[in-house]
Amino acid sequence: MRVTLTANRSKVLWSVVGWLVVFVFFFPVLWMWLEGLKTEPQAASSPPTIFFAPTLAEFREVLSGDFPPFFINSAIASIGSTLLVLVLGLPAAYALAIRPVPRARDALFFFISTRFLPFAASLVPLYLLARDLHLLDNIFALVLIYTTINLPLGVWLLRSFLLEIPNDLFEAARVDGAGFRHEIWRIVVPLIAPGLAATSLICLIFSWNEFFYAVNLTSSVAATAPVFLVSFISGRGLFYAKLAAAATVASLPVLMAGWIAQKQLIRGLTMGAVK
Amino acid sequence: MKTSNGTVLPSVVERGGVRESAASAARRDAWARRLPLLPAFIYVFLVTQIPFVLTIYYSFFRWNLLKEGSSSLFSGHRFAGLDNFATLLTNGSIRTAVANTVILTVSVIAISVVLGMAVAMLLNSEVFGKGLMRTLMIAPFLIMPTAGALIWKDTLFNPLFGLLPYLLSPFGLGRVDWVNRFPMATVVAVEVWRWTPFMMLIILAGLQSQNPEILEAAQVDGAGAVQSFRRITLPLVRPFIELGALLGSLFVVQTYDSIYMLTFGGPGEDTTNIPFLLYIVGPGGGYNIGQASAIGVVAVIITIIVATFALRTLFSIFRVEARR
Repeated sequence: MRVTLTANRSKVLWSVVGWLVVFVFFFPVLWMWLEGLKTEPQAASSPPTIFFAPTLAEFREVLSGDFPPFFINSAIASIGSTLLVLVLGLPAAYALAIRPVPRARDALFFFISTRFLPFAASLVPLYLLARDLHLLDNIFALVLIYTTINLPLGVWLLRSFLLEIPNDLFEAARVDGAGFRHEIWRIVVPLIAPGLAATSLICLIFSWNEFFYAVNLTSSVAATAPVFLVSFISGRGLFYAKLAAAATVASLPVLMAGWIAQKQLIRGLTMGAVK
Repeated sequence: MKTSNGTVLPSVVERGGVRESAASAARRDAWARRLPLLPAFIYVFLVTQIPFVLTIYYSFFRWNLLKEGSSSLFSGHRFAGLDNFATLLTNGSIRTAVANTVILTVSVIAISVVLGMAVAMLLNSEVFGKGLMRTLMIAPFLIMPTAGALIWKDTLFNPLFGLLPYLLSPFGLGRVDWVNRFPMATVVAVEVWRWTPFMMLIILAGLQSQNPEILEAAQVDGAGAVQSFRRITLPLVRPFIELGALLGSLFVVQTYDSIYMLTFGGPGEDTTNIPFLLYIVGPGGGYNIGQASAIGVVAVIITIIVATFALRTLFSIFRVEARR
């Protein structure tokens, strides 16, 4: 009796501590949502407005104003690069896991080392190449670059899922004379659906949120959602509600995807090392 | 004699009576295996290695787009030998940027590992609403970094309308212009907010792989909380902490978004790290291609040092897994 009581008390105590910590970390996100639901005078008031009648006016303004083209550019860049990663990455992962190439380890090492080359080291040449190929401020340039950023992660991650497929399946298929394409479509794709989801999620997170190349290689036509937010930097005065609404909308796709696919997140972030 | 994907099956070859040396069959098999790898390999090779080589190449040239803007990729700029690097050594900017990069990376990783460990242990213990806590906790990592930085700057830190100065005013700290008075601390705070969930996720995975019976046995044997943490939990999650810290530092070394949004490298050069300095010298206004490329080379050298450790950890974890 005594034991369960103290056990319960410690559970309550640690729950309170835990929720306080989580509240502190989550609060800026919550505050962003709340600010977006205020009017401009409420958002720029001193002392800050805590209780107010929420309005969707700023969200409506953001969505009907100049923001949608940026959002669409972000979608093109992330979805386009994610598809390219899957198309290029799945066969590569197959060649590193199912019927491994000679020196597969070196190839893996090469892929991942490119992911960790600093973005800064390639910015200047990419900027010059884009300038000379007339790809500055062209969304196609971002699709190509985001594919490069995410392909190493994708190959590693897909490989870690492919390794889990029992080898017997492939041997049986090969006895039946199945070719590479058959193996990919009939065995690999159906069995690693969660792996494809995890890979897409990681690609989406990194490309949707990417800012360094986006702000340096685009200006107006091909600018993405994070670049749109730059216009708020100098925004002194009464633009906090609009800023918060824009930030909320810009963050929404990745936040939702990350929450829905929470289980795959950790595996994706560690390239399959942690399950 | 060939299957649909181009592989030559040895048995078929023999039956057909074709004399093919084992060596050439093996070679052919190796190429059949390489075929699916090639598109990705060539793509990554071209898009990463060409710019990389060009960065090294340009770092030996004097080329400023403002003066020689029309010159093409390979002509119209003068060979400068090691001048760009010499300028970097004598110019204080790169030293400041390297120092800022180190301060930022080390403090963000250290603080977020400690906080991430604490939160992970909370979430691994008996608490109410674990699932929801974890869900809310990962939000800062998912929020677009530029959006997060703006929210911190304009609605939380803002000395006039921000929430933080208001909440701190009873303690006599109201109206402090946090971003301008403590620029590096602000950047670190925002980055810690973002990276703690990342560390928490990885460390939590480590804690969950722990067998609870071992901890219970230790408690039965009279081990205190501190002792069982140090002797049992910590050694177990150590590889996970290392992995998180090293992967994290490879990302934090490249911090750019929050600096751009919060401080724009300032005031002065107080928060200018290597990526931001390269931006300022290069496409962000200086248009000094040679100088920016030399900074890029420095960035690569620093990253290689960090990455060597990171990859070793990654491979050691894979080895542990393989043994299972």
